[in-house]
Amino acid sequence: MNEPGDRPDPDALLRRMQQEEAREKRGKLKIFFGFAPGVGKTYRMLQVARDLVTEQHLDVVVGVVEDHRRIETARLVLGLELLPRRKVEYRGHTLDEFDLDAALARKPKLLLVDELAHTNAAGSRHPKRWQDVEELLAAGIDVFTTMNVQHVESLNDVIAQISRIQVRETVPDSVLDRADAIELIDIAPEELLERLKEGKVYLPDQAKRATQHFFQRGNLLALRELALRRTAQHVDEDVRAFREQEGVAATWPAGERILVCVGPAPSSGRLIRAGARMAAGLRCPWVASSVESTAMRPMSDADRKQLEAHLRVAEALGATVTQLSGPSVSGVLLDYARKHNVTRLIIGKPTHSRFWDRVQGSLLDEVVRGSGDIDIHVISGDTSSEAPPRAEQSLERHAPARHYVLAALLVAGALGLALALRAVLNLPDFEMLFLLAVMMAAMWFGRGPSLLAAALGVASYDFFFVPPVLSFSIDDRRYLLTFGMMFAVSFAMSELTGRLRRQQREAQAREERTAVLYALAKELASVDEAKQIAAIAARHAADIFSAKSIVLNVIDSQLRELGAAPEGAQLDPKDLGVAKWSFEHDALAGLGTDTLHGAAALCAPLRAGQSRLGVLAIVPLDKTALRSEQRAFLDVLCRQVAVSLERARLSEEAKHASLRARTEEMRSSLLSAVSHDLRTPLASITGAATSLRDDANLGSDTRGELIEAIVDQAERLERLVGNLLDMTRLESGVIALRRDWVPLDEMVSSALTRLESRLEARKVTVSIREDVPLLNVDPVLFEQVFVNLLENAEKYTPPGSPLEIEAHTDDDRVEIAFVDHGPGVPPGAETRIFEKFYRGPHVPAPGAGLGLAICKGIIEAHGGTIRAETRSSGGAAFRISIPRGGTPPTLSPAGGAA
Amino acid sequence: MSDLSATILVVEDEPQMRKFIRASLSSHGYRVLEAERAADAVMMMTSHNPEMVLLDLGLPDGDGIDLTKQLREWSRVPIIVLSARGREDDKVAALDAGADDYLTKPFGVNELLARIRVALRHAQTRGVDSGSFQTLEFGELKIDLVRREVFRGTEELHLTPIEYKLLVLFAQNAGKVLTHRQILKEVWGPAYATQTHYVRVHMAELRKKIEADPSRPKLLVTEPGVGYRLRDRS
Repeated sequence: MNEPGDRPDPDALLRRMQQEEAREKRGKLKIFFGFAPGVGKTYRMLQVARDLVTEQHLDVVVGVVEDHRRIETARLVLGLELLPRRKVEYRGHTLDEFDLDAALARKPKLLLVDELAHTNAAGSRHPKRWQDVEELLAAGIDVFTTMNVQHVESLNDVIAQISRIQVRETVPDSVLDRADAIELIDIAPEELLERLKEGKVYLPDQAKRATQHFFQRGNLLALRELALRRTAQHVDEDVRAFREQEGVAATWPAGERILVCVGPAPSSGRLIRAGARMAAGLRCPWVASSVESTAMRPMSDADRKQLEAHLRVAEALGATVTQLSGPSVSGVLLDYARKHNVTRLIIGKPTHSRFWDRVQGSLLDEVVRGSGDIDIHVISGDTSSEAPPRAEQSLERHAPARHYVLAALLVAGALGLALALRAVLNLPDFEMLFLLAVMMAAMWFGRGPSLLAAALGVASYDFFFVPPVLSFSIDDRRYLLTFGMMFAVSFAMSELTGRLRRQQREAQAREERTAVLYALAKELASVDEAKQIAAIAARHAADIFSAKSIVLNVIDSQLRELGAAPEGAQLDPKDLGVAKWSFEHDALAGLGTDTLHGAAALCAPLRAGQSRLGVLAIVPLDKTALRSEQRAFLDVLCRQVAVSLERARLSEEAKHASLRARTEEMRSSLLSAVSHDLRTPLASITGAATSLRDDANLGSDTRGELIEAIVDQAERLERLVGNLLDMTRLESGVIALRRDWVPLDEMVSSALTRLESRLEARKVTVSIREDVPLLNVDPVLFEQVFVNLLENAEKYTPPGSPLEIEAHTDDDRVEIAFVDHGPGVPPGAETRIFEKFYRGPHVPAPGAGLGLAICKGIIEAHGGTIRAETRSSGGAAFRISIPRGGTPPTLSPAGGAA
Repeated sequence: MSDLSATILVVEDEPQMRKFIRASLSSHGYRVLEAERAADAVMMMTSHNPEMVLLDLGLPDGDGIDLTKQLREWSRVPIIVLSARGREDDKVAALDAGADDYLTKPFGVNELLARIRVALRHAQTRGVDSGSFQTLEFGELKIDLVRREVFRGTEELHLTPIEYKLLVLFAQNAGKVLTHRQILKEVWGPAYATQTHYVRVHMAELRKKIEADPSRPKLLVTEPGVGYRLRDRS
C-alpha cells in the first residue's frame, strides 16, 4: 500500500493525463541528431523508415529528403512513396520546396522531413521548416527529421565561437524538448574525416572554403561533445518527466524566474540565448523584456525591427515576451521583476566608456543598487564589428530647409536690431541679442537650424561688433568665450526642447491610444448586435492602423465577413486563407508574422475565454508590417472586440432561448385553443345530431332547438378554422397584398353587411370625413380587419350597445377608429390583446383569441399601426393608422358613360 | 313552376358534400346527376344535357376554371361554382370565364336554392328582349326603363348617367354576382377592364343615393374580392 506521502499529486496526474491526451492527438516527432554534416543522419532515418514499411507495413511517405547525390542514400529512397515537391519561383530560379499542404492532404502515418533547420523559400506559409513540422505534428502526423547540433538555437553562440562559423538556420530548443525521441548518430571524428576525404560527404561548392575550418578534428570533437550533451539533456528530461509521473519525489529547484533585458543591440541575441540556457538548466520560466525610456529618444525603425527580431527569437526559445516603458529604465525593470517574482535578471555589459556613465548615470549601476534579493547576471555582448545602433535621426536633424532659412532670418533680425540700437545708444554688449536669436532658433527649429544660427550669430557679431569692426579677425581673446557660449547654448537648448517635445509626443500617443480604446469601449457598450460590433471594431481598427480592416466570424464553420471598413472592403482569397489559418491555429498570421508573412493582411484571432469567435484582418494601406507597439495595441483591441462579440453571442443565445420559451408557450395555447375551442362546438354538434337521430320522442320544439344549435356551432367552428387559417397564412408570409384603390366606406359597409344578422340589434354610426381619400390597400384583408373588430366589439360589449366607426385624415395618414361603449380594454392589456391566443376575461362565447392578432398582422403588413385604449368617457377604442399610400388615381371624367 | 323539374349536374369529388346537395335538391324536386371528376362531367353534359351545373373548383383531376371555359365553348348552361373562403381569385377567374354565380363553402341550403333559382331564371329570360320590361322593382326601388327615371318610394332619385347605367346593369342581373371586370366592360367598355377603382367609387356614390342606410346596404351588397350583387328578395 502506498503511504499517503507517496501518492502522486492529483494535479500532476491530471496534467499528465492532459499531456497524454494532447500527445495522442499530436503526431510523434523523432529527430535524428548529428554533430556534423556527413555523419549519416539521413541514411539512418531512411533505414529506420524502410524497416517500418517492410516489417510493420506502416504508411510512410517521404516529404522531403536531400540525398546530396549520395548513391547509398538515393538507393534507400527507392521504393518509398515520394510526396511531389512544390515548385517555387524565386529570383529567376525554380526551387523545389517541401509541399506542406500536399502532406497535410495525404496525411500519412509517418512523414520523413529532412533537415529540420531548413529555411523555406520566400512566400511559403512558414519561414522555417520546423514550423511546417509543428503543423504536421499538430495534424497528428508522425514525423522523422534530421538536424545537426550547430542548428540548436541555444548552442548557436558556443558553436560560433568554436567553429567561427555563424549558423543562421536555427531551431528553437523547445522543438527538441518536445521531440518524442532523439536518436544520436555518432561516428568517430576520424571516420568522418575519412569519409570527407573519400568524397562521401557532400559539400556545396560555395560553402567549401567556409567549412574548411569546420572539419578540423578539434572542432569535430567539441561538436560531438555538445551533441552528446544535448542528447543526454533530452534523456535527462525524459527521466525527470518519468519521475514526476510516477510520483517519485523530485527535488524541485526553487521557484526561479529569469528576466532578460533585451535591446536592439546585436549583443542582445547573446543575452537571450544565455537566458534560454540558464532557464533550461534551472528548469524555470523566463521572460524577455525590452524597456523603452520615455525620457530618451524614440527608437529608429531599424532599431525597432532589430528589437522585434530579438523578441521573436526569445519567444521561439520559450520566453514570455513583454515590452515595458517608463521614465526610468532601471525603475521599470526592477518594478516588473518584483511584481513577477523574478529571481535572476540578465543584463548586458555596458560597452560605452565610464565617463558616459558619470554623465548619464549607469543603468547597470542603478539596477544593481536597486536589485535587492534579485541576482543580477551581467553578460558581455558580442565583439561584433557592427556599429552600435544610432539613435533615431531626430526631427531636429531633419529640420526642413525652411527652418534653416527662418533661423538665418532670426539672426539677421538680431543683427538689424543690434545695428539700429548701436546707432541710437552705445551699448557695450550686443552679444546677448544674438544669443537670444540662437535660443529662439533652438527652441523653435531644432538643433541644425540653431547651430546655423549660432554660426551666423558668431560671424555677424564678430564682423560688425568685435573690434576690429568689419573684419573677422579678433583682437580680444575674451570673445572666443562668447562664441563658445553661443554654440553651447544652441546645443543645450535644442537638446532640451527636443527631449521635451519627444516626451510630449509620447504622452500624446499614449493619450491617443487610451482615448481610442475608451471611445471603442464606449461605442461597443452601446450596441449588442454582432454586426454592429463588427462594424465599429472594423472602423476603429481602420482608423488606428490606417488600413482596410475586416472582421470575420464563423458561421457553419465557415469564416464570413461580418463587418468591414471602409464599408464593402473585402479580403482577397489569399488573405482569407491567412485568416483561416489564424483562426484554426489561434495565432497571429500574415504580414510581418512568422506565418505567411508575405500576405497583405495581418490576421488576429478573436477569442474570448474558450470560445473562438472569428478573426480581425488588417490590410495596412502602406503595406508595411505593424510595429510592436501597434501589435500590442491590436492585441488589446482584439480582446475588447472579442469580449463584445462574445457578449453579443450570449445575448443572442438568451434571446433564442426566450423565443423558444415563448414559442413553446404559444404552442401550448394553440393546443388548448384547438382542443377546447374546436372540441366544444364539435361536442354540441355531435350531441345534437345524435339526439335527432336516436331519440324518436323529441318534440318538434326541441328538434328545432337542436337543429339551431347544430347550425350555430357549425358556424362558430367555421369562424375558428377561418381565423386559424388566416393567422397561419399571415405568419408564414404567404399572403401577398393585392392592393387596389378602395373607398373606405365600401369596406366598412361590406363588413357590416357580412355581420348583418349579428349586429341587427345595434346602432352603428359610420362617420367618414369627406377628406378621407381612396385607400391603397388589399380590400379583402381590410374588410377582414373590420369584420374582426366588429365581431370583437359585438362579443365584449353589452348586447344592443351602440358602435361608432370614425375616420379622418391626419397629414399623410388615415386614422380609423372603432369605438364601443363596453367595459373598455382590461388595464395593462392594451398591447397583449393583439397577441395570439389572448382572450379577454368574462366572455360568454370565447373565440380562439386570434381575431385581433389577425387585425394587427394585416394592418402591419400594410405599414400601419393598430392600438387599443379605454376612452376617458368609457368604452374601448381601436385606432388604426395607415399611410395614405401615394396619390389616388383620378377618375375618368366621363368614362364610357353614355 | 317549370324549374322544379330541372336536371342539375353536381360536379363534386367529396362524397359527403354530394350527399348533402343531392338530398337538398331532390327534396325540392330537382333531378340530380353526379360526377366526381371533370372528365365525367363533360360526358354527363353531352349525354344528359342538364339545365344547370354546380361545379366544385377544387376537383382532383383538373381545374374547375378550365372546365368552365371548356363548357362555355359549346353550352350556355348556367354554372354555379363552389369554392372555399380565401380563394377569391379563383372565383373571379371562374366568373370571368363564364360561370354565372358562386357559393362559398360552407353554405346553407337556402342560399344554394336561392342561387339556383336566380341562375335558372336568368337562363330562361336570357332570350327575352330586355326592352320588353318597362319597369323593374326591388323593394322600395323602382326603375322606369322607358323614362330613365329611378324612384325610392315616391322620391325621385337623381342619378348620373354612369350611376344609371350601373343600376340598370345590376337590375337586369338581379340576384347575380357581377365581377369588377364584367361591370367595367358593360358600363365603361372593354378598354377600362382593369380600372377597378372606377367601379368602386361610382358604386359608393350609387349606394348613397339608393340605400336607406348606405353604410349598411340592403340592396347593392359587396362581395369582398369578387364584385357586387343586387339582392333580389323575390
